[in-house]
Amino acid sequence: MQFTSWAFLLFLAVLLPVYYLVPKRMQWIVLLLFDALFVCAAGTLGAVFMLVTIGTVYGAARWIDALFFRQRSRIAAMKQTHTKEERKRERLRFEAKRRRVLIGCLVVNVGILFALKYGAAIGRLSATLFHTRAFGSELMLTMGISFYTFSTVGYLIDVYRETIPAEKNPFRLALFVSFFPLLVQGPICRFLDLKNDLFTPHAFSDERFLKGSLRIAWGYWKKLIVADRLLVAVKALCARPDVYRGGVVLLEMLLYAACLYADFTGGIDITIGIGEWLGIGIPENFRRPYFSKGIAEYWRRWHITLGEWFRTYVYYPLSVSKPMRALSTKLRRLGTGVSRRVPVYLATMLVWALTGAWHGSNPTFLVWGLLNGAVILLSEECKPLYARFHRRFPRLTKSAFYRGFTVIRTVLLLSSLRLLDCYSTVGDAFSAFGSMFTTWNWNLVLFGGIQSLGLKWTDYLVAGAGVLLMFAVSMLQRKGPVRERILRRGPVIGVCAILLLVGTVLVFGRYGFGFDAGQFIYNRF
Amino acid sequence: MKRTVRTIIGITLALAVFFGALYALTRLVAPKYAETAVEGRLVREYYDEQTPHDVLLLGDCEVFSNFSPVTLYREYGVTSCIRGSAQQLVWQSYYLLEDTLKTETPKVVVYNVLALKYAKPQSEAYNRMTLDGMRWGKAKIGAIQASMTDGEDFLSYVFPLLRFHDRWTELTKEDFRYWFKNAGPVSYKGYLMRTEVRPATETPIPKPLEDPHLPETSMAWLRKMAKLCEQNGIELVLIKSPSIEPYWYPEWDADVRAFADAHGLRYENMIENNAAGIDMQTDTCDMGQHLNVTGAEKLSRWFGKELQDAYGLKDHRGEAAFDADYGALTARYEAEKQEGN
Repeated sequence: MQFTSWAFLLFLAVLLPVYYLVPKRMQWIVLLLFDALFVCAAGTLGAVFMLVTIGTVYGAARWIDALFFRQRSRIAAMKQTHTKEERKRERLRFEAKRRRVLIGCLVVNVGILFALKYGAAIGRLSATLFHTRAFGSELMLTMGISFYTFSTVGYLIDVYRETIPAEKNPFRLALFVSFFPLLVQGPICRFLDLKNDLFTPHAFSDERFLKGSLRIAWGYWKKLIVADRLLVAVKALCARPDVYRGGVVLLEMLLYAACLYADFTGGIDITIGIGEWLGIGIPENFRRPYFSKGIAEYWRRWHITLGEWFRTYVYYPLSVSKPMRALSTKLRRLGTGVSRRVPVYLATMLVWALTGAWHGSNPTFLVWGLLNGAVILLSEECKPLYARFHRRFPRLTKSAFYRGFTVIRTVLLLSSLRLLDCYSTVGDAFSAFGSMFTTWNWNLVLFGGIQSLGLKWTDYLVAGAGVLLMFAVSMLQRKGPVRERILRRGPVIGVCAILLLVGTVLVFGRYGFGFDAGQFIYNRF
Repeated sequence: MKRTVRTIIGITLALAVFFGALYALTRLVAPKYAETAVEGRLVREYYDEQTPHDVLLLGDCEVFSNFSPVTLYREYGVTSCIRGSAQQLVWQSYYLLEDTLKTETPKVVVYNVLALKYAKPQSEAYNRMTLDGMRWGKAKIGAIQASMTDGEDFLSYVFPLLRFHDRWTELTKEDFRYWFKNAGPVSYKGYLMRTEVRPATETPIPKPLEDPHLPETSMAWLRKMAKLCEQNGIELVLIKSPSIEPYWYPEWDADVRAFADAHGLRYENMIENNAAGIDMQTDTCDMGQHLNVTGAEKLSRWFGKELQDAYGLKDHRGEAAFDADYGALTARYEAEKQEGN
């Protein structure tokens, strides 16, 4: 069930009254039932994988919790009768047991994700290497698995670290794992963040309803008016790397940047808006990312929850892990700079490799991740140079012009890296990028070329106006949330804004017969 | 309290403006079929009919182009109406019959069998031309559900804006001219007049058939139509009108004949039996696909006699209501014919 389908709108239209009409203590059960319906509508195979995740994670978390409890009782009982050393040994024994449970469960769940994501790629590779029949299929990747696997892995590690206790009720855990708005394209939530809202009774609030509706309408606006329109041109450009080269690649980069932003943020707006309807606070996933002045800053503002997940569960543990500390100690003889940097660099590159791999099995994603990591590390290394430049030209670097320059530079840099997302091979992406400097064909971009990409001039006009509006909203957001400023003017203005958005989507949106029912780009990850 | 009332009034007003604007937009972007693709108006024009009909003709372009109800009345006093539309599928004909039976019960229903070759919905554009013109009711709902092609959804038939919203880029003067104004009739009781002559220069060459038989799905709908007619005491007549293009295969003809025999129905293949004297050098407007007005009149003159003889249809000439109705229609008909000639 896609967010952009009539079935989904009907699903919401039924859920909302039922959710608020049942006794409040039953709300989470209603939500769980609707989640089950949503998951089953996407395919029974997906439901089976999800059940496996829920079952294994629930069992492992409870086991880990029980081991903590037994450890504490045992240590307490040993206090009078055993030495400190013996108690330490006992504690380590329990720790090792917990680790085994954690690793076992991670292997199962990450293994499922790995098998589904990479099964087809491995099948193709084995067919090439060993001349066997290819196995696995890309279609096996079930809806939301990347997102809920990461959320549940986070939950399990949090239980392991004793950040949170294990959830006793398996159905409550099931609700967290299967919460439908998060299954389409995240954000990746922590149990800690959602638990209170998911299980607390909520009374209907017209203010929250209006707020949610405005966010949802804005999400659909971005998705159906801008993203799905630009995607037609982007797809046409990506499909023919041999034809569309030179200046057209720059156009493609910019179109894809706008398209991906509208698509991903639009989807998250819908998700957060649905959460607001249900009284469930879903964390923000974006903070005006295209206003970033550097790539590291951008990654703190784009897909925030994925970045936080990697930092919390991979980067930090890896940076302070025993092998990294040992490596740092070994490298000390080469100087403190080296011994300090190398572990950080290794951890950074590993996290970026994993981030790339999370996006897909195609090698382009891995290269994309590694390049992102490399650029971030390079920027880090260049920091003293920047600082010197800032000291030397204080007026210039504080000027709006310079700020604008850094923003544009970041957008262009990211868009260049994203070419790896557009093409099916690394070679095509690099070749296309290189052609921008070797093929001078601006006449193709400016005169007629863009007319052959499946869009009419009116489409470019609408998409252009849409991009300008998104930009204007982002500018206004710097002074505070735009929605709140609209709704502060009263519910009538709020309703008018919603109706205006809905009306424009109905007229200018790309939906209905003759248009591809557009799934969200991030849904395929 | 005052504030709440103000809010309620404000929201109500906003909603009223919103729905008003949507209504206006829907009217603007929905195809008018007033000056171009006028076939799209044929189905809806039936509801403007003032007098009942003894004969109802159902089917695709081979009925709305090839039979002239004006001639049938003028020559024999037979009252008739065509509920034809471009590429009308057999289940659409069935539901149009069901729809017609809500308001009148004709004595004879004539069904042109060409569309029996289609087992599945073919074209969204043709669906729209037939279905958008139908009045809402059980028949229309059934017709929509049976006709939707991949990618179509029922909701877009309820709210046409959902289907035609992107037409804002291709609006023409016609759309503005008939935004709120109804276009005048384009047909003569469902007959769409063509006056030009474009002779058939080639004999159609049939492509080999993968399956020599008409699809069972279509035949099942035809059975339903026969049953509905039987239940209502209506004589069902099957015809293959004399259009030579697209090719009508002997195998299909045999299937229809077997069906007619099994159900005790009359079947008339007008290509085979050219008693009307259709000449594809003078009586066609597009090289044998459709008849021009001369051909339609020729065919109607012969077919009217056949119907009257076989089913004893009443001659309504001289009845004031019919004379008034057909009188006005004939005047308009003759004017267009003159203009065309």
